[in-house]
Amino acid sequence: MPRVAERVLDVRADFPILARRDGGRPLAYLDSGATAQKPQSVIDAVSEHLSEHNANVHRGVYPLAQEADAAFEGARARIASFTGATPQTTIFTKNATEAINLVAYAWGRANISEGDAVLITQMEHHANIVPWQVLCRERGAELRYLDVDDQGQLSAAELDAELARGDVKLVAFAHVSNVLGTINPVADMAARVRAAGAVSLIDGAQAVPQLPVDVGLIDADFYAWTGHKALGPTGIGVLHGRRELLEAMEPFLTGGDMIASVDFQSSTWNELPWKFEAGTPMVAEAVGLATAVDYLADLGMDRVREHELTLGAYLLEGLSGVPGLRIVGPPRAEDRGALASFTIEGLHPHDIAELVGREGVCIRAGHHCAQPLMRCLGVGATARASLGVYNDRSDVDALIGALLGAREIFALDAA
Amino acid sequence: MDDLYRDYILDHYKQPRNFGELDPHDLEALEHNPLCGDELGVHIRINDGRVEDLRFHGHGCAISQAAASIASEELKGMTLDEIGALDADWMINLLGIPVSATRRKCALLNLKVVRGAVTGDNAWPS
Repeated sequence: MPRVAERVLDVRADFPILARRDGGRPLAYLDSGATAQKPQSVIDAVSEHLSEHNANVHRGVYPLAQEADAAFEGARARIASFTGATPQTTIFTKNATEAINLVAYAWGRANISEGDAVLITQMEHHANIVPWQVLCRERGAELRYLDVDDQGQLSAAELDAELARGDVKLVAFAHVSNVLGTINPVADMAARVRAAGAVSLIDGAQAVPQLPVDVGLIDADFYAWTGHKALGPTGIGVLHGRRELLEAMEPFLTGGDMIASVDFQSSTWNELPWKFEAGTPMVAEAVGLATAVDYLADLGMDRVREHELTLGAYLLEGLSGVPGLRIVGPPRAEDRGALASFTIEGLHPHDIAELVGREGVCIRAGHHCAQPLMRCLGVGATARASLGVYNDRSDVDALIGALLGAREIFALDAA
Repeated sequence: MDDLYRDYILDHYKQPRNFGELDPHDLEALEHNPLCGDELGVHIRINDGRVEDLRFHGHGCAISQAAASIASEELKGMTLDEIGALDADWMINLLGIPVSATRRKCALLNLKVVRGAVTGDNAWPS
C-alpha cells in the first residue's frame, strides 16, 4: 500500500459535538454510517434560516416569502450541482428510503406486471429490499438477488446472465454497502442494465458522504441518497432521476404544491421537480443540506476520499491485530468505503458495542438493516465502525484499545 | 468487577444451562429480537401440569444468553399458570444486574419466548 500522509483532513474543530466529554473522555464517534455529525456551519445555516428568513415557499408575494423561496430553490441548485444533476431532476424526499419508495410506487406500479422480474443484490439495506418485495408481491412479479462472493463483491457475469433472461425490468443496487463497505462499479453496472433495456436504481446513501459522486457520469436511471449521512440535517433525502422517466411518471404523494390546477373531480400536475413534492417541503433542512454539501465541496471530495481511504486502511490494520476478530467484506481498503464490520469470537456484537461505548467509542451493533446479507455471511449480527471526515487516528486507537479491554472483561485470553 | 458483566453472568454465557433441543417436547416457540437479529427458541416438556424439562436454543448476546440460562433453572417445576404470570421484574431481579433501557429486550427475550410457548401470548413482558 502506498504511504500517504498520516492526516489528510484536520476538521475536527468544525464539529461542536466532538468537544463533548463523557467522564473526561473525548468522543470517538465511529458511527457515521448511521448518521454523520454536523459542522457548525450547517447548524448555523438552519438556525439563521429559521431566525431570519422563514416563510412558506411557492406561495407568498411579500419580500420575506420571496427570501424563503430563494433560499429553498437556491439550496436545491447547490445540492444538484454537488452531485452533477440539474435542479429539475433533484427531488426532495424525507430520506433515501422515501426516495426508493417513490420509484417503487410511481414508476414500479406503472411498469412492473406479472411475469416481470426485479433484480436486487444480497448486500442491500432493507430500504432497497422491502419496497421491491411489496411491489413484486402486489404485481405478481419475481424478486431475484445477485450473489455476494466471499470477497464481498458482485459479479458482472451474473448480472449479464440475469439480464439475458429477458424478464428483468428494474435492477436496484447499493453504491457502497453499509455492512461490507464494498464500492460497487455502479457506472459499469448501470450501462449493462441500460443495454439490456432495463431501468437502474442506485442507493447512494453511503456513497455521497465519502466519494466524489457525479450522477451524470454514473448515468443510472435513478439515484437515491440522504442528507443526514452527508453532514446535513435529518428529514431530507434526494432522488435524482432521468428526466424522461420522471416526466412520464405519475406522482407519488399528492396534495398541495404538486399540482398545476385542481378541479372538483380531477387535477393536473406541476412540472419537475415539484410534481413529486406534495405539501410544504423541508425548507430549513434543504438550506442545511446545501450548506453541508458546500462544506464537503470546499474540502474537496477527492480529499475526503483520500482521508477516509487512509484512515480506513489504518482501521483495517488496527482491527486485524485484535485476536479472534474477523472482518467481513473486501480485504483491500481501496475496494471499500470507510467502514469495517466485524465479529469477535466469544464476544457478541451487542456486548462489544456496550463495552466500547463505556470508553466513549460509538459503534453500531446489530444486523444493520441487512438481515438477508447477515444470513449469507452466516452471522446473526456484526459490530461496525464507520468513519467520517472528522475522524482521526486517535478515534481508531480508542476503538482498538477498548476492544482489547472488552476481551479482558470477557476473560477471552484466559480461556 | 464489572457491574454488568459479573462473573456469574459470564459463566452462564459461556456455559449456558439447559441449552440445546429437547425431543420429544410438548410446547415450543421461537422469537427474534428485532433490534439485533438474535434468535431464541425453547422446547418445553410438560408432566402433570408442570414444566418437567426445557431447553433453549439460538444465539444472542451475553445478557440474553445468561438470562435464558439463569431463568431455565427456575422455570423447571413451575406450573403453566405460574409461568403465564411471570413479569419483567421477575426476570430483571433474577438477573441481578442493572439493565439499561437499550439492553432490556436482551434480558427479556427468553421470557417472551417461554410465555409465548405456554400462553400463546408473545407480547414483550412488562
